[in-house]
Amino acid sequence: MLVHVTDETIDPGDLATRFYSRHPDAAVATFAGFVRDFNDYGRVDSLFLECYVEMATRVLNDLGNKAKQRFGLRAWQIVHRYGEMETADPIVFVATSADHRVEAFAACEFVMDTLKTDAPFWKREHSGGAGHWVTVKGVDTDRRERWSTEDLDQ
Amino acid sequence: MTITVKFFSLIREALETEQLTLELTDSLRTVEALKNELGLRGKAWSETLSHPNLIQAVNQRVVFPEEGIEDGDEVAFFPPMTGG
Repeated sequence: MLVHVTDETIDPGDLATRFYSRHPDAAVATFAGFVRDFNDYGRVDSLFLECYVEMATRVLNDLGNKAKQRFGLRAWQIVHRYGEMETADPIVFVATSADHRVEAFAACEFVMDTLKTDAPFWKREHSGGAGHWVTVKGVDTDRRERWSTEDLDQ
Repeated sequence: MTITVKFFSLIREALETEQLTLELTDSLRTVEALKNELGLRGKAWSETLSHPNLIQAVNQRVVFPEEGIEDGDEVAFFPPMTGG
């Protein structure tokens, strides 16, 4: 399955092992993101990640196909969790394979930078019994914009 | 003829509404018209749906407010996304 959006626990190690065995290409890059236990204001106890599942599945499929075309990937996979999570729980797994490491690394970074602002997920962090919705960080929109600017050159 | 309207995250909380099914009338042929119509439901609706950061989607694709609406469409309103 190229894209999997799920409210069940994901195992990045198992996903990576399976990806390597299915796609023994010259260069494979993987990224795994986990629930952090801190934010700009202090400690984070848990995370609720809301998701528009149908749209997220479509956006991530489009994104993976775009990465494949742009970087000449041989294969890719995006797995994203939603729902209630504890700190250190895996949230997202991305794998990209190519003939050379430059394309595999760049595609993995492109997918992560883009999905953070384009895929319909919303983080709500809980700390000390209170919760607040996470707002978009400038660094995330800047990194997303960097890839958009490069889009215009193609 | 009906449409489905979904709300997520802060928008869902502000409107205390997760989903609506509406009759598609001649006056509801664009997302902007839908926002104006829903805004008549009260201050929370008018303020929330006129927020400059509001994002709208039709059939799971982000669109401009001028986008048309057809029978059976799924319209969604939500704030900027924070995945990953």
